Amino acid sequence: MKKLLSLVIVIAVACNQRAELRLHDGKAVSTALPVFDLGDTKVDSLIEAWDIDVRPDGQGLPPGSALPADGKLIYQQKCSNCHGVTGKEGPMGALVSAVPDTGRAKTVGNYWPYATTLFDYIRRAMPYNQPGSLTNEEVYALCAWILHQNQLIAEDFRLDQQSLPTIEMPAKKFYVPDDRTGGPTIR
Amino acid sequence: MKEKKISRRKILAGSALAAGVALVKTTAGQLVNALVPEPIPKDPTKQLGAPQGKIGTRSRFELLEKIPSDTSSRTPLHLLNGTITPSDLHFERNHGGVPAIDPENYRLLIHGMVDRPKVFTLQDLKRLPSFTRIAFLECSGNYRTGKETMTPQQICGLTSQSEWTGVLLSTLFREVGIRPGASWFLAEGSDAAVMTRSIPLARALKEGMLAYAQNGEALRPEQGYPARLFLPGWEGNMSVKWIRRIEVSDQPYMTREETSKYTERIRDNKIRQFSFDMDARSIITFPTYPVTVEKGWIEIRGIAWSGRGKVQKVEVSTDAGRTWQLATLQEPVLDKAHTYFRYIWKWDGNATEIASRVTDETGYIQPTIRQLVEARGIDMGGYHLNPITFWQVKQDGRVLLRPEKWK
Repeated sequence: MKKLLSLVIVIAVACNQRAELRLHDGKAVSTALPVFDLGDTKVDSLIEAWDIDVRPDGQGLPPGSALPADGKLIYQQKCSNCHGVTGKEGPMGALVSAVPDTGRAKTVGNYWPYATTLFDYIRRAMPYNQPGSLTNEEVYALCAWILHQNQLIAEDFRLDQQSLPTIEMPAKKFYVPDDRTGGPTIR
Repeated sequence: MKEKKISRRKILAGSALAAGVALVKTTAGQLVNALVPEPIPKDPTKQLGAPQGKIGTRSRFELLEKIPSDTSSRTPLHLLNGTITPSDLHFERNHGGVPAIDPENYRLLIHGMVDRPKVFTLQDLKRLPSFTRIAFLECSGNYRTGKETMTPQQICGLTSQSEWTGVLLSTLFREVGIRPGASWFLAEGSDAAVMTRSIPLARALKEGMLAYAQNGEALRPEQGYPARLFLPGWEGNMSVKWIRRIEVSDQPYMTREETSKYTERIRDNKIRQFSFDMDARSIITFPTYPVTVEKGWIEIRGIAWSGRGKVQKVEVSTDAGRTWQLATLQEPVLDKAHTYFRYIWKWDGNATEIASRVTDETGYIQPTIRQLVEARGIDMGGYHLNPITFWQVKQDGRVLLRPEKWK
């Protein structure tokens, strides 16, 4: 059986197929799946249109820049209905809290571990009723205004590709990976 | 109100509905055609039944409904018998509504740390070797309590189960070739929230799949039509619906749904992140509020499941948790799947409390809310709460939730 198995693997490798072991009725059986070679390799225009994510290291941030004051008017026009005039009132998620804040509301200031997430999320999903409608400049401006309201950046802090990933978020130090493992211990 | 029946039998012959069209008078006095339910015959053997239909119907006596809110919709667990959730009753948790997607225009882009970045059509995905499994899905924010008059649907209706069919990620990723060093991928939906989660690659490759079918038919729009990620045993949010893009990477992206949401406060002000696995849980679905029971034999029924493997056993207590007895598990017991349990109980008519607790194959025993508070602190967050649910059986036979309070 072992011999047969290794033979299958050798054949699979020879045929440029990756062999894999799968369980069937509790027994390991070898199934060699071919690469079907499906899918279109012309991907550039779709990547250009869809790849809007921003990583904590700043990869994905577009050109542009703004000061906190640049976001004030856009915020009042497009965000304050849900998040409140100063970002604290709601009715939807509060964005702003004094630092350090012990309240229950999970805000950008007391709960968000990365400033880059703010840019990524606002650009892809906000405003709720007009998702994806903001320009990159507007997104930088809103991020700057919200970060400033949370006392995380000064009023003359210019937010851009380089400066946004450098902002230290107070909540980051509280984040720990999942320690639940199954088994008898409740965590 | 009914003015005149217009050749009812003829209409019925061309309609699958157990209803006839009749002229009815509106409150304004106008005569209009309207669907009127057929009267139920006293003896169904003495009247020709409804003709065969193009689509099956649900009996008019079975009022099965989800409970929708602004963000979710809950499965009526206490009205179901068995473990496959009818597709139209599968729970929903959406972050930007349910998008309408033409399958002809559907594209899945896979790029990042891969040898051959590619765009797949739905037809491409369906041509690849397919895979089917039954598994539950559960939102990690699936616990409500607070009042006695709550049903299992209201307490934990954000879990459902289907048979899912699609392509294993291990098969799909072979088409693009994962580069050495890759450890995560970003999954992105094409809903209005363009919702994203970072997924650890190694475990997703073990049993993750890209699903395009649910209970034998195409996915329902509410479940991600035409294609979604499905990661058995992990919190539902990660199984990104309406998936349009996968970007393979060597680090997580720290998206909003894995930082500001789907993380939970635990002891010492810590915030637990990437808590993927759904811990084992069970709930009695009969008898529960709003039913009333009578003295004598009662079959206690419910479901149990674990995101970490198979249900090993379910125990039932009929004396408020003082003693526990083994319940019978309905075979087959599947990995990461709702498992039906039953326990026969003779109720003597005295007020008591009944509850179920599951043990999974890792040896994890479903905790009480008190054990969870002890482990996570009084300020624990609302995700991943899976406490034993106690039901009060009152002397008059009413069954009410025992609400839990920890603050």
